[in-house]
Amino acid sequence: MTSGSMGSSPRRPDGWAKVTGTFAFSSDLSMPGMLWGATVRSPHPRARIVGIDVSGALALEGVRAALTHLDVPGAPCYGLELRDQPVLAATEVRYEGEPVAVVAADDPDLARRAAEAVLVTYAPLTPIVDAEAAARGEGEAVHAGRPNLLRHVPVRRGDPNVEAPVVVTGEYEVGMQDQAFLGPESGVAYPADDGGVDLHVATQWLHVDRDQIASCLGLEPERVRLTLAGVGGAFGGREDISMQIHACLLALRTGRPVKMVYRREESFRGHVHRHPARLWYEHGATRDGRLVYVRARIVLDGGAYASSSMAVAANAATLGVGPYRVPNVRMDSYVVYTNNPPCGAMRGFGAVQACFGYESQMDRLAHACGLDPVELRRRNAMTTGDLMPTGQVVEGPAPVAELLRMVAERPAAPRTTAFGASGGHTTRGEGVVRGVGYGVGIKNVCFSEGFDDFSTARVRLELRDGRPVVTVHTAAAEVGQGLVTVQGQIARSELGVPDVVVAPADTAVGSAGSSSASRQTYVTGGAVQAACQAVRRQVEATTGEPYDPTALPRLLARTGAVEETVRWHHRPTKGLDPQTGQGDAHVQFAFAAHRATVEVDVELGTVRVVEIVTAQDVGRAVHPQAILGQIHGGTVQGLGLALMEEIQVTDGGIRNPSFTDYLIPTIMDVPQMRVELLELADPHSPYGLRGVGEPPAISSAPAVVAAVRAATGVELSRVPIRPHDVVWGAGR
Amino acid sequence: MTFHSPTRWADALAVRAEHPQAVPIAGGTDAMVELNSGRRRPDRLLDLSRIAEVSGWDTDGGTVRAGAGITHTAIVAQLAESAPALAQAASTVGSPQIRNRATLGGNIATASPAGDTLPTLLACGAAVELHSVGGARTVALADFVTGPKRTQLAPDELIAAVLFPAATGPQHFSKVGVRAAMIIAVCSFAVALFPDRRSVGTGIGAAAPTPRAAVEAQDFAAEVLPWDSLGHLDPAVAGYFGDLVAKAADPIDDVRGTAQYRRHALAVIARRALIWAWDDLRGAVPCG
Repeated sequence: MTSGSMGSSPRRPDGWAKVTGTFAFSSDLSMPGMLWGATVRSPHPRARIVGIDVSGALALEGVRAALTHLDVPGAPCYGLELRDQPVLAATEVRYEGEPVAVVAADDPDLARRAAEAVLVTYAPLTPIVDAEAAARGEGEAVHAGRPNLLRHVPVRRGDPNVEAPVVVTGEYEVGMQDQAFLGPESGVAYPADDGGVDLHVATQWLHVDRDQIASCLGLEPERVRLTLAGVGGAFGGREDISMQIHACLLALRTGRPVKMVYRREESFRGHVHRHPARLWYEHGATRDGRLVYVRARIVLDGGAYASSSMAVAANAATLGVGPYRVPNVRMDSYVVYTNNPPCGAMRGFGAVQACFGYESQMDRLAHACGLDPVELRRRNAMTTGDLMPTGQVVEGPAPVAELLRMVAERPAAPRTTAFGASGGHTTRGEGVVRGVGYGVGIKNVCFSEGFDDFSTARVRLELRDGRPVVTVHTAAAEVGQGLVTVQGQIARSELGVPDVVVAPADTAVGSAGSSSASRQTYVTGGAVQAACQAVRRQVEATTGEPYDPTALPRLLARTGAVEETVRWHHRPTKGLDPQTGQGDAHVQFAFAAHRATVEVDVELGTVRVVEIVTAQDVGRAVHPQAILGQIHGGTVQGLGLALMEEIQVTDGGIRNPSFTDYLIPTIMDVPQMRVELLELADPHSPYGLRGVGEPPAISSAPAVVAAVRAATGVELSRVPIRPHDVVWGAGR
Repeated sequence: MTFHSPTRWADALAVRAEHPQAVPIAGGTDAMVELNSGRRRPDRLLDLSRIAEVSGWDTDGGTVRAGAGITHTAIVAQLAESAPALAQAASTVGSPQIRNRATLGGNIATASPAGDTLPTLLACGAAVELHSVGGARTVALADFVTGPKRTQLAPDELIAAVLFPAATGPQHFSKVGVRAAMIIAVCSFAVALFPDRRSVGTGIGAAAPTPRAAVEAQDFAAEVLPWDSLGHLDPAVAGYFGDLVAKAADPIDDVRGTAQYRRHALAVIARRALIWAWDDLRGAVPCG
């Protein structure tokens, strides 16, 4: 086998540079003659714009442009699903931090001062912030002429009026989590001789950025060229446009390169967050704990603009009863407009909120039936051939019971106290109790509901200095997950050539789709595999000989360079019936289970996690070390949601837009983690692999909360858990 | 921007006198945040990080004089015996990188209600030594900090040192936060026992406009602790001490916690800290 092939863990090319601090992130880009852009943002969550006066900014020496909505040459609005978001607000602002004008100046501080010198006159309006009222159709419209209800996804299965001897109900709340990537939104745009523009930017999907930029600039898409710059984390927060169009507008207006880098506070207002949610669940079961029905209502606050809210609502609906067999389901998922910060994609994408609801319910049901929480879950665990509430047959492996068994059978966590090693010297054991909790989750992999989801790969095989070299070119965004390494591994495995170059991702090749939905190894991996196979076939067809890696110097001397570009689609999906929510909407399902052991200081309400055990089916471990990294990182992101991560919003305003007060777990908060993998091949996916990135972020939060409940006996119905919730109960 | 970077203390005082608007910067862990965020755009910075004269500490056995430029890392490593609570507090500040840069003088000058070293210094009855080209004066820390991020520092003065009695008994510092590191205190508390003079010092952090002592609590403890017998501390006494500490606080609701929780948590950590300190004292006395 060629060294660095599938199943090994070759070093990632960016690893050394990132560890030593020499990696160039998008915020490190520089060009000669470069200007700096800055954004004028609304201080109000909702206001009418009475006037915008940029003359004060332009009067400053060294300020080269100050643009408003009047300077947007093409479509005034953009958006992933609905084009509802203005490039620059014209008549009304709908969230705190909405861009109203942009400026370009000779240095970054001058640009900031110029932004402060733009005079915007607002007539503030009372912000619409009650998502539940919006879901009921009450209140003023956030967007005039459009209902605040963005989407309602019903799912109906079985008998809507069925009864059960054991019934548990619960009401749950999920706070607004942030992706909290470290690299702020940033990039450099520069004008091109053809009247177009080039943009180097950190993003998750080059082509969908390009299409939105081109539309708003009034340019043909071919004249807008994007190259992926170093991405400092994404987690969904870079699916939407941030500074892309603004930088291009400024570059085209000034005729010079323009760099934009958000400050940290600006970043918190400059990207979408995870939808906060309210969830109502009723579970009915037999006395021996077998689910008879689930009735649920989920309200997701989409904030001011649609972003990917409609797809998030569909995920919450279709995955909202969890990885369980439920014969009767009545589910209603709603997502609404408000004047709260816009929400969109974040790792887990609707499945995270639902999982906190249904896993909390499964613990309640276990208690009501007098069953162990693992046993209750095992009795209801779905398996291959079972039906989703949408009527879709679960075709691939669905080892839910097996994953639960794997985490449950691990030895108990070590007795070492988690409060001893770190923290604020608050206890020597006083008040500390320990608890164990479980969570299991389900996630769809790839885009759903009939979306034309594909990736494009160009693979070239040629001789360089007599040695065969493979070049892989895709537009797939390496966002830190290790996709560049995976593309090289696939090419080595398929072509038997050790020398593989992965070209920089740009729009000179066709779309790869988004680095989201745990899909890139599946879809771009599938495209690279298909392109490599096409190259092999072409070598064989041209030479009339079987493909043989050891004979490549001779074969390629006859063929010359061989290049193939393949657009690869996964199996098509279907839309959901708008009345019943029935339909084969998803491509693949992924599962993970967690067991968390926590210590709680019940007097202070503080929590430390002692250990998390997790098990996940990855289908095929393409790069085992990267998989471990995904599982560690996702699990910790869930721990963060359980215990500390929340954007606090009052009357539409963010109260903690900084890493001082938006808390993400530090290494001192990260417990011992034990990871177990299953590799059960999916017959439909390339190499049998299964998307890995999201499942670890879904069930870890419910497991941590369950452990805190087990330790304290306190009903905790909200994440993140706040110390006062533990001390005095969750307030419900 | 003009950047003054003297290497001698006298030169720093001269710059300060000539340019009182120059922003002093030592470790930069507070000042640079202000600069980077654009909240401050000073024309001049006065860098104090190269002045060896104020970066060390010494003691005559009774009093410790810690230079304003001593880093939190140095405090943890070198002052754990003479100022155990201060060293504990310093160890809870930020990350190793921040502790390597951040100075004691900076923490005092910032005068945040949540400044971690301040409650421990209050518990010891510390004073600040202020220098200017015109001379020196010493002010009790409790008087020096006048409000949230406000001090008595005159425009021509710099903090030269902090003076406090070396520990003669156990001390403890506790800090409540939902994260195990890199956390601004939701509330904090320091207690210092001085068995030689049978006194108890306290300091409350992040639960009032300034760090403050819990005077009633410390007087109560000094009065009722069984100094002669070194007997067991009655849990009810520790509990009442905690309640008095909570009563001395004047907390607010903010993104880090509610006023009600802060009071509650203060009572808990104050009770625990007094018990630990007393148990340490009893354990430190040789048997029989």
